[in-house]
Amino acid sequence: MKQSRTPLHALIAGIGLLGATALAHAGEVEVLHYWTSGGEAKSAAELKKMMAAKGHTWKDFAVAGGGGENAMTVLKTRVVSGNPPTAAQIKGPSIQEWGNEGVLANLDPVAKAGGWDTLLPPVVANVMKYKGNYVAVPVNVHRVNWMWVNPEVFKKAGAKIPTTWDEFAAAADKIQKAGFIPVAHGGQNWQDATVFESIALGVGGADYYQKAFVKLDAAALASPTTEKVFDTLRLVKKYTDKDSPGRDWNLATAMVINGKAAMQFMGDWAKGEFTAAGKKPGTDFICAPAPGTAKAYTFNIDSFVLFSQKSKDMKVTNDLAASILSPEFQEVFNLNKGSIPARLNMPKTKFDDCARLSMDDFVATSKSGGLVPSFAHGMAMPSATQGAVVDVVSNFMNSSMSSKDAVQKLIAASKKR
Amino acid sequence: MSPSPSGAQLTLHEGSPSMPSLQTASASRFGRLVDVVLPKIVVAPTMVASLVCFYGFVLWTAWLSLTESRILPKYEIVGLVQYQELFSNERWWAAMKNLGVFGGLFIFFSLAVGLLLAVFLDQKIRREGALRTIYLYPMALSFIVTGTAWKWMLNPGLGLEKLMHDFGFSDFTFDWIVNPDMAIYTVVIAGVWQSSGFVMALFLAGLRGIDDAIIKAAQVDGANLPTIYRRIVIPSLRPVFFSAFMILAHIAIKSFDLVMALTNAGPGLATDLPSIFMYQHGFNRGQLGLGAASAMIMLATAAAIVVPFLYSELRSQRRG
Repeated sequence: MKQSRTPLHALIAGIGLLGATALAHAGEVEVLHYWTSGGEAKSAAELKKMMAAKGHTWKDFAVAGGGGENAMTVLKTRVVSGNPPTAAQIKGPSIQEWGNEGVLANLDPVAKAGGWDTLLPPVVANVMKYKGNYVAVPVNVHRVNWMWVNPEVFKKAGAKIPTTWDEFAAAADKIQKAGFIPVAHGGQNWQDATVFESIALGVGGADYYQKAFVKLDAAALASPTTEKVFDTLRLVKKYTDKDSPGRDWNLATAMVINGKAAMQFMGDWAKGEFTAAGKKPGTDFICAPAPGTAKAYTFNIDSFVLFSQKSKDMKVTNDLAASILSPEFQEVFNLNKGSIPARLNMPKTKFDDCARLSMDDFVATSKSGGLVPSFAHGMAMPSATQGAVVDVVSNFMNSSMSSKDAVQKLIAASKKR
Repeated sequence: MSPSPSGAQLTLHEGSPSMPSLQTASASRFGRLVDVVLPKIVVAPTMVASLVCFYGFVLWTAWLSLTESRILPKYEIVGLVQYQELFSNERWWAAMKNLGVFGGLFIFFSLAVGLLLAVFLDQKIRREGALRTIYLYPMALSFIVTGTAWKWMLNPGLGLEKLMHDFGFSDFTFDWIVNPDMAIYTVVIAGVWQSSGFVMALFLAGLRGIDDAIIKAAQVDGANLPTIYRRIVIPSLRPVFFSAFMILAHIAIKSFDLVMALTNAGPGLATDLPSIFMYQHGFNRGQLGLGAASAMIMLATAAAIVVPFLYSELRSQRRG
């Protein structure tokens, strides 16, 4: 960032953008990503093809480990040694943390040329900017506050798909009596936090969520609502099976698919598991917003930050940024991944019902103010704060801690920076 | 031969300008040089590697622990804030307590089981070689494999509990791994399973080193077998206990992969250990300074246990 502010650099960037063919000496693109599983790897291959079409060679730099924690460790060593890749998969407030380190490239020229300010909703654009300059490109939007339902199990138990947390308790009781597991859950800390944030959104509403978990307002966190959120989390825990600790999210999804369990609270990446098992949305499984969150939307946006390079040639960087936001890539990628494009006004024809609902709600909530970042997926808090909050939630899930104590611990955790 | 001609010959020899003689002289000087320098050259790379990779990085970590490093290292020293932060962190103390429970039980049971196996194997039994290999085999696995295998075996829905239910013992429960109060003991079980065979091998080597004559003499004096073991064999295994303790203690303190594979520090944070705390804060949560501080405390803990032990052991050896 520091370097890229010099006029010379901006000039070169501009030339690189305008005179793409004139200066056509192809560069090497190195993209650090953690898309190593089936559908995701396909998407990465698509990006590779697009960059090859522009005459760049692609050097794959995939680091396995779905959450990207391993990838970050590798990235740090590369950046510290002064040899950063072209781009890396980094999202949410972490973009600001990397911006503070002064190692990111300025994408304003390519953003202006591509009209990003009109293509992206302001909430999304703000995440991509560091001090007003674009430093990152979004690839997709995941909705986190989904509830995945096996309608067959609900029918057998004679229960109704809940739209509030009170209805949830009634339905879960019936399902349990009918001999099914009401909630499929994987007891890993991020999954605990995923359920927790859907409950917080449903019990307290978007305003409360925004104050408590985005602004980390102590008064909102100390309010009785937070205690009610924890009480509800305990209730959900009661309806999970005892083998859940340590279970991976996709195994929990499989329980819903097989009809062992009735529902799962998980982001829209779970859809991939259903479709891979040959299930059809609407008939074999139902995607519904988590109870009480129909008018709200917790988003989780994957994005790439681009690093400033030693060579001042911005062509590779700009080409990559433009390709990622191109309609072709956004469509292919999101069809594979189960998410929706970050770019607005994309044709919906190829997407399924769940994705269409997500796209409509995304636009609607961005106007109504119900669009909030998911803290469990690293979109709302600095990583240190997020870690501490997730620790509290997960500890609460796995101990007999009272809701009152949990609120106090949550307030303490929210002050960690 | 009289001394004078040989002396003359020598002078002549040394004085002569012929090439071969010069070569011999320089070769012998070179040989002496090689004797002195070569060992140093050979040892130098490992020396440098251990200086840089061990002591150098310890110093670097110590420095980082005094800074406010976030996701990348910063070098401006701000004092002991990271240590204050660490000592007021509940999760850190829970992790230390877990390490105490795990480390204590792991070392004790590994020593006990290892010694017992070694004593049994030492009874001149048939097929000793095969049995020894079987017991030693877990050591050949990495902790990741051990952790994953035990995760499946201990999982109530997949492993032991389900097996017993399928056999018809429907009251059987063994759900420690999903029970936050008991999960740490499953780590002990898996750790002991992995390491006790190795401890057995150490003890077995020690047992074989004991002079038969002493035992024969004790038998002549009318001592029975338990007494011989209690009064003669086990005390003479003292150095083996020492080595085994050192190895087990450092396995316990640096233990990371076993827990990651077995419970992933869960349920909740019930099996969190300082090494996992260090990794998550240093590398995942952008709190490199705090991670470095916790690493320094781990080093200090290890030193506090090992150094006095080492000191007393070496001193008693010098006296004895």
